[in-house]
Amino acid sequence: MRYSGLKVFTEGLFGNKGWTPAWRDPQPKAEYDVIIIGGGGHGLSTAYYLAKNHGITNVAVLEKGYLGSGNIGRNTTIVRANYFLQGNSEFYSHSLKLWEGLESELNYNVMHSQRGLINLFHSDGQRDAFARRGNMMLSQGDDAILLDREGVREHLPYLDFEQTRFPIYGGLYHPRGGSARHDAVAWGYARGADRRGVDLIQNCEVTGIDIENGVVKGVQTTRGAIRAKKVGIVVAGRSGQVAAMAGMRLPIESHILQAFVSEGLKPVIDHVISFGMGHFYISQSDKGGLVFGGDLDFYASYAARGNLPMVEHVMEAGMTLMPMIGRAKVLRSWGGIMDMSPDGSPIIDKTHVDGLFIDCGWNYGGFKAVPASGWCMAHLMATGQPHEVARRFRLDRFATGHLLDEEGTGSQHNLH
Amino acid sequence: MRIPCPLCGLRDRREFYYYGSDDYLHRPGEGAAPEAWDAYLHLRDNPAGVTRDLWYHETGCTSWLVVTRNTVTHEILGAELVAGEGQGKPAPKGRRKAS
Repeated sequence: MRYSGLKVFTEGLFGNKGWTPAWRDPQPKAEYDVIIIGGGGHGLSTAYYLAKNHGITNVAVLEKGYLGSGNIGRNTTIVRANYFLQGNSEFYSHSLKLWEGLESELNYNVMHSQRGLINLFHSDGQRDAFARRGNMMLSQGDDAILLDREGVREHLPYLDFEQTRFPIYGGLYHPRGGSARHDAVAWGYARGADRRGVDLIQNCEVTGIDIENGVVKGVQTTRGAIRAKKVGIVVAGRSGQVAAMAGMRLPIESHILQAFVSEGLKPVIDHVISFGMGHFYISQSDKGGLVFGGDLDFYASYAARGNLPMVEHVMEAGMTLMPMIGRAKVLRSWGGIMDMSPDGSPIIDKTHVDGLFIDCGWNYGGFKAVPASGWCMAHLMATGQPHEVARRFRLDRFATGHLLDEEGTGSQHNLH
Repeated sequence: MRIPCPLCGLRDRREFYYYGSDDYLHRPGEGAAPEAWDAYLHLRDNPAGVTRDLWYHETGCTSWLVVTRNTVTHEILGAELVAGEGQGKPAPKGRRKAS
């Protein structure tokens, strides 16, 4: 069924009785050409682009819970392409371009809103660094505008510019940055993949990976064994456990990142604002909730909830930046499980097993990468060659020293 | 989250700096293969369950601790000094630590 305004109108006239499920609920077949482990944003987009770009439709996506039940349904929904390093910048640039066409591509409203992102700076040195970053973004073909204090004030008059700890010197404005509706991204890719013949199999946990003589043969699941010529592990948050089924230890440590949503308010914040020095960022959802977060809790964890010290830190940072939010009530918080890699950049690569591929290590930046990650993972699995914009996301780069350390803080698990 | 420092007792998590898995205690020897260094620095079991990791009691006694805890429940199961027996206790009589 193709969705359209006319369809909504006519369904409204006839009691909305004509809507059908957005995807099938198939039984797993005995064998597929490709199995994708993980029905989150990255797994679903990988399946979609395998079918769309490469004509590979005999594909199953295996999800242990329900589609979109992991980090794709629990994140702060920021979409941007403001990376500095070559290797990262072309990838996120590609991703943003895919975002810009995503709704017509998927015939699904993902509510992508390019409301603009402003990264604040608070010193001369930071201004220089942001000017340099902006130049790299421009040379990548993306957009960046360096704002002085008055320029920021024009956009964000409600900030506390005179705060003594981090007085605001200006900001790097990325007009094409913004946000999107996170669930809808998963649902849109799921529906698109399903329509092209991909089997989306929920409540199907992979319990083993079958390997014979160094070649992948399929997987064991809670719904029986399924054979496959190629298997992709796309399970960020649980990468270590699934990779261990193939005898791998990954350069990944799982950490908790908390985020918060306030009660619904009238429109008040119409950008995405990032206050790096205070470890705070915020935007407002279309429902009116302030969506904000800070830094990692900074210890390995799978608890899907954080501890109070970081809650306090985030609230303090928010009050430092914009005291006006002090009367808003926090509605809920959650903790996402982040695949933290030592250099803070992701991995899309082959493994030591023939036919087994891995897409992981998205740190706290996986949401904006969903379209390009799927695009590049599908390219890798279909052709055996890394996609041009993801060729540096290698699994072995920590051993070889070809790091992608965007923050420049060093290749160590507890530094990103 | 509170961590039972063997020297200071039960202390708030904010007094501690998290370093990482206790893999860091098994530093490869001189002349070890590059793969051993990669494993030491980067590769992790990253268990969902009981783990042992290193914490530094930064604003307390400045000891390095091995903390045993559950990464799924945040339960702390124990903590011991990395330096082992004798470290952090008063020096025996008649001897003074250099430095």
